[in-house]
Amino acid sequence: MQFLSIDTGLFLEKLTMVAVVVFALLGIALYTTFAERKVAGFMQDRYGPNRAGPFGLLQPLADGVKLFFKEELIPLASNRVLFILGPFVAMFTALITGAVVPWGSELEVFGRKVSLTIANPDIGILYVFAVVSLGVFGIMIGGWASNNKFSLLAAIRGASQIISYELAMGLSLIALLMVTGTMSLCDIVQQQMTGSWGGLLGWNIFVQPLGFLIFLTCVFAECNRTPFDLPEAESELNMGYHQEYSSLKLGFFLFAEYVNMIVSSAVVSTLFFGGYDIPFVDEASLAVQIGANLTAILGTLMLLAKIVFFLFLFMWIRWTIPRFRYDQLMQLGWKKLLPLALANMLITGAVILLMNR
Amino acid sequence: MVQPLTNRAKQVDAKPLSFLERLYIPSILRGMAITFRHMFQKKATVQYPEEKRPFSPVFRGLHVLNRDEEGRERCTACGLCAVACPAEAITMEAAERQKGEEHLYREEKYAAKYEINMLRCIFCGLCEEACPKDAIYLSETFAPANFTRKGFIYGKPDLLIPDPVGEPEAYAQAQGPNEGRQPSSARTS
Repeated sequence: MQFLSIDTGLFLEKLTMVAVVVFALLGIALYTTFAERKVAGFMQDRYGPNRAGPFGLLQPLADGVKLFFKEELIPLASNRVLFILGPFVAMFTALITGAVVPWGSELEVFGRKVSLTIANPDIGILYVFAVVSLGVFGIMIGGWASNNKFSLLAAIRGASQIISYELAMGLSLIALLMVTGTMSLCDIVQQQMTGSWGGLLGWNIFVQPLGFLIFLTCVFAECNRTPFDLPEAESELNMGYHQEYSSLKLGFFLFAEYVNMIVSSAVVSTLFFGGYDIPFVDEASLAVQIGANLTAILGTLMLLAKIVFFLFLFMWIRWTIPRFRYDQLMQLGWKKLLPLALANMLITGAVILLMNR
Repeated sequence: MVQPLTNRAKQVDAKPLSFLERLYIPSILRGMAITFRHMFQKKATVQYPEEKRPFSPVFRGLHVLNRDEEGRERCTACGLCAVACPAEAITMEAAERQKGEEHLYREEKYAAKYEINMLRCIFCGLCEEACPKDAIYLSETFAPANFTRKGFIYGKPDLLIPDPVGEPEAYAQAQGPNEGRQPSSARTS
């Protein structure tokens, strides 16, 4: 199918993938807010929301409708354009990170091989990094444009926190990239599929356990999740950077946090837990038995299961550990994680050098 | 040495943390184990409208104007309850029983109007104790929410217990689970 020398099939296929990924991300984020409240309830010996629909399953819809019908308030003293821009930047950057995550291997539809990755650039992981750092602009713009002390303080906190933790995160990733030798997320997953026990031992968590721990900690900080949710520390900053926001713009900020969590979970699963690799199963022989398409779908479901586990971990940590103090946060980032990540990188390099000799 | 009240007190020490403790990870995992265990524990929530916590048998709730076995109002509008009321929540107007009303009122005088302001009432139960005719007692329900202050002034239609002869089921229901409730004066003596 060629039209105006553009491959129309490819165009349609990518468009479908984008739509599916965006709506899936939003849909999962919707129910992640519900799951968060449920998990919070269960961990505190409560039931959580259970009134809207069976088991409270309609609660996210009720929340959405409520936010939608709230009064839209833009403070007079705020910078109107930036004030409106803030939540959109936060949401936009959260969503476009999903573009390079390999959601599955390949599906065969109408004789075409459809890759379940929207884009597979050679620098996939760099792209994730770039976009995640852009995400803080949503917080910064929103907090600064509100013209409110608390919002501004929260925005500054968010920015400095993300700068501090991105360093350690990057260094822990460099060690990982030295092992994998590629920055493409698809190739990283492919590498992890080969290993004993159906690929389980090929997972990078067994190669880089310390790197994983540092990376995970930094992911918590990047997502502004407890114990590092200082931009939203309500005891000191009231509501934090979204103090002045109301209605759907507030909803966008809250929602972006959950989309970020999902994408971060997907990235962690991809980098360290084999992405769509099914443990204890050899995908190639499974594809011969039940067909390539079914195997690909099973792989995607496996990735979803891993994402759900990490989402649960996010919540589990949130309802277990109290928030760090700001100086403790900086101390952990600069004095503990950064040297640890450096040491991890040096040791990895030395081991690679010794093994290649 | 101070006698400990419970054996849950823990000795605090200011020793510097060991390396393992400074890693925090073991303590974080221990904390996570605790929260995970709590997910499967019995919930403390009472699902209110479906599930109600039982009141104690001495609970003092909304007032009920009692009838005798034949369904006649017991109140004679003597006003002792109004006198006893420390919050001055009770007002009443007396009337004389006419010929042909013997099946409605037990004695020759009755309360034509009997009002309790539930916003003033402190539910102390002194009216119940003051009543010589066992005509008023406090039930085990409490006043539901209302939109106006006027809605909290309960008149005779709100307070009177259903007729035990005419509507025995409603009467039994109004008597509540603790059947054969006595005024608190009778209970305590």
